[in-house]
Amino acid sequence: MPELLLELFSEEIPARMQARAAEDLARLLGDGLKSHGLTFDTIRSFATPRRLTVVVDGLPARSPDVCEEKKGPRVGAPEAAVQGFLKSAGLKTIDQAEVRPDKKGDYYLALLERPGRPTPEVVGEIVPEIIHNFPWPKSMRWGSGRLRWVRPLHSILCVFAGKVVPVAIDGVVSGKETRGHRFMAPKPFAVKNFQDYEAKLRKGFVVLDGNERAVIILDAARALADKERLELIEDEALLEENAGLTEWPVVLIGSFDESFLEVPPEVLATAMKTHQKCFSLTRGKELANRFIMVANLEAEDGGKAIVAGNERVIRARLADAKYFFDHDRKVMLEERVLKLKEIIFHDKLGTQYGRIQRMRLLARELALMVGADPDLAERAAILAKADLVSDMVGEFPELQGVMGRYYALDQAEDPVVADAIAAHYKPVGPSDQVPRDPVAIAVALADKFDMLAGFWAIDEKPTGSKDPFALRRAALGAIRVIIANTLRLPLHGVLHSALGAYVVAGIRIKDEETVVNDLLSFFADRLKVHLRDEGARHDLIDAVFSLGGQDDLLMIVRRVDALGRFLDTEDGANLLVGTKRAINILRIEEKKDNRIFDEAPDAKLFELPEEKALAKTVDDVERAAAAAVSKEDFAAAMSAMARLRAPVDAFFDHVTVNAEESELRKNRLRLLNRIRATTLTVADFSKIEG
Amino acid sequence: MGKVSKPDGRNAPLSFQDLILKLERYWADQGCVILQPYDMEIGAATFHPATTLRALGPKPWRAAYVQPSRRPKDGRYGENPNRLQHYYQFQVMLKPSPPDIQDLYLDSLRAIGIDVDNHDIRFVEDDWESPTLGAWGLGWEVWCDGMEVSQFTYFQQVGGFDCEPVSGELTYGLERLAMYVQGVDRVFDLNFNGGLGKDKVTYGDVFFQSEQEYSRYNFEHADTKILFAHFRDAEAECKSLLAKGDDGDHHLMVLPAYDQCIKASHLFNLLDARGVISVTERQGFILRVRELARACCAAWLKTEAGGAHA
Repeated sequence: MPELLLELFSEEIPARMQARAAEDLARLLGDGLKSHGLTFDTIRSFATPRRLTVVVDGLPARSPDVCEEKKGPRVGAPEAAVQGFLKSAGLKTIDQAEVRPDKKGDYYLALLERPGRPTPEVVGEIVPEIIHNFPWPKSMRWGSGRLRWVRPLHSILCVFAGKVVPVAIDGVVSGKETRGHRFMAPKPFAVKNFQDYEAKLRKGFVVLDGNERAVIILDAARALADKERLELIEDEALLEENAGLTEWPVVLIGSFDESFLEVPPEVLATAMKTHQKCFSLTRGKELANRFIMVANLEAEDGGKAIVAGNERVIRARLADAKYFFDHDRKVMLEERVLKLKEIIFHDKLGTQYGRIQRMRLLARELALMVGADPDLAERAAILAKADLVSDMVGEFPELQGVMGRYYALDQAEDPVVADAIAAHYKPVGPSDQVPRDPVAIAVALADKFDMLAGFWAIDEKPTGSKDPFALRRAALGAIRVIIANTLRLPLHGVLHSALGAYVVAGIRIKDEETVVNDLLSFFADRLKVHLRDEGARHDLIDAVFSLGGQDDLLMIVRRVDALGRFLDTEDGANLLVGTKRAINILRIEEKKDNRIFDEAPDAKLFELPEEKALAKTVDDVERAAAAAVSKEDFAAAMSAMARLRAPVDAFFDHVTVNAEESELRKNRLRLLNRIRATTLTVADFSKIEG
Repeated sequence: MGKVSKPDGRNAPLSFQDLILKLERYWADQGCVILQPYDMEIGAATFHPATTLRALGPKPWRAAYVQPSRRPKDGRYGENPNRLQHYYQFQVMLKPSPPDIQDLYLDSLRAIGIDVDNHDIRFVEDDWESPTLGAWGLGWEVWCDGMEVSQFTYFQQVGGFDCEPVSGELTYGLERLAMYVQGVDRVFDLNFNGGLGKDKVTYGDVFFQSEQEYSRYNFEHADTKILFAHFRDAEAECKSLLAKGDDGDHHLMVLPAYDQCIKASHLFNLLDARGVISVTERQGFILRVRELARACCAAWLKTEAGGAHA
């Protein structure tokens, strides 16, 4: 079956956009082909700095003929309706339509034959549409044209079954030619198919596949490091970026003066990475005075001039960094704290200075709850944001916290305080570590609760995909800190404190309790997402959450955990079946009678031993489970539940709930209601699947 | 002074001034008007009316010029090896941007002696935005062996107006480029005139003292009361000229008005360097300058050069 090859050749595409663009191209082309009835075996797409390429295998030469049915008016309908139908179906007379019967009588039906079309014709239509509507994050115009693309689009290679598919868009006409590396193989060449294309590109110093370029870089970087008994600091994002900046990656190693090693390693690594896209290396645990760069060229001198050039730039960069580090340490952090009065946290929420005034009080309060020294927690909170006004963080924002720690150590703060300054932003990403020291925990939580309370106070909550202040991340961070450190932290009170601090600062809030509850349900949602990501069953989470009134995240997690274990046992699984049956019957009967059966069952109306046994066990189990829950022993609560299984099973085996006699039926429904109520001590079983 | 002695050999790196001369020659050959620097203090070559205003309207335009650029805050009293409060940019403006603009640019590097087949030249994403001009464009910073040697921008909007056609703007940081070409680590060590021995004039000979003096002025002694007054005056004069020059469909005094906008912008930069503009006020000043720039651009579109029909 024939193959379609499409390459969109342009000026340099930003590295960060390439992978997504390749995916979008495959998706859009695939959808476009399918929507015309063109199926295929595989579709693969690739990106380099100068091209987006997609290849589709196993396409038919033409799209299939289709027969479409178009339903018309009833036989005998008014003339206007018939004429309208003829026009819309493209028929001349009503004889061309068929007559079909249905329940209400006969109606007209037009059978429209749509013949298939040659695939190139369809492709020629789809490609311009894709180009015009491509979802680039940012696009531009150039020259005198109207077309928008990420950067100027130079040529389109479009070949189906070895022949050019004609496409013309804003002066760019398709062909079967492309070109290789900008410097090493600039001459255009023609290609027959994908295999030919990929091979000729490789000869022209272009590795088409970004993943392959990444592998080439990583392997070569490791080999160079090995040779000098160094370790490469691997960095997935940096690797991908370098793969996106090169069509023919050439990995080289360079060095810088050892005297720079007195600057903190994070600073050196960041300076080399951010500005120069270079990898750092370590010798043992220490940073080495070597770095890895990725060039896009095989130079005649083996890269000597390229290395020398990069070394000079790195030297200047590191000299700048060292200058910042030396100068920053001449200013005490307290002095910087005063400068935070000029730094806006948010228009409506005041300055960073105001923020740390709230954070210090909140950190004290949290310190008492997490077993930290309140004085140290307060001190760390006061200094936590001081490095935001340092030169270094001005240059490298990602070093916030890290620099604060160094500057704190330099002015002989307690190391616990210094570490807390560095750790208080954590965890930032999913793979980032969670603070473990109690002082750091107190400040990290104060940071996040203050931020969330503030944005909730002014109603700037995340909506849909919009979360400009990364509030979801803040809540998730707090959740991870709490769970990883098994902290008992009733959120309701803490969030009231956080919100109250804004009220004291003059932010007007209509109803604090409503805001706190809304924020609590936000935490609940984030916890659900977190637990789901951790592999917990979403229905179990719902079953626990639907109990309501819970603000202790750790307890929720434990309940979900205990519930999961219980349901894995035979007793648990069977009790679930029985309970769900009870709930279903209740739901139906409650609807029928339009009432609920929440009165206590009347022992005098029990006719069968199974009823009596169930009634007694339910009462016992409820007491035992409630007692266990109040002791937060959820495993014991579940064991108590397990005792319900046998009597529930026996009840359903021997008792007819919907008895003829009305009073008997009502009483039995009350008994079922007791099962539902009792299981609600641990979870809402109706939310559990299975 | 007699004829200066030149270093031997054809591969001797270009002097600072030869670098400028080569670029001028090269871009003149591409049909550019070679302008001289604008005779006012401006922060970047983009502020030159030959770029800002000419980017707007339908008329084709090709120009190249050196522009001394003043960044009062970047002064380091001559103590930093590569930070200056006054430096040179070489600016090229091609409207509409030609399809081979990247190749033209790479040839300009060849013209100044950079062997692009043996150095690692890269186009790295760098979008440009000037809040004070209400302008933005997409493009790259161009790297040579990891060093940024130029900015390359396709103008999309200036003064809030769409650029139609789109101009391609190339900005070379001349000192940096010269440091690269000459293999020098400290800007003041650049060979300015290409002379050797006692005939050699360095960048430091020309500019070291002025870096010291202007740093004192920018950071310590500029009279902020006077600067604030000048800022208000420039702002008022700009608005007044725009009002007086407005002849309905046409505008008769855009360039003098735009000069006042440039002045206001530089005065703001000086005040900023003096540290008397708080973070919150800063945004307000930027918006005031942007309003002037926007109004000048709107007026420009009502002139002949801006494409209005006479």
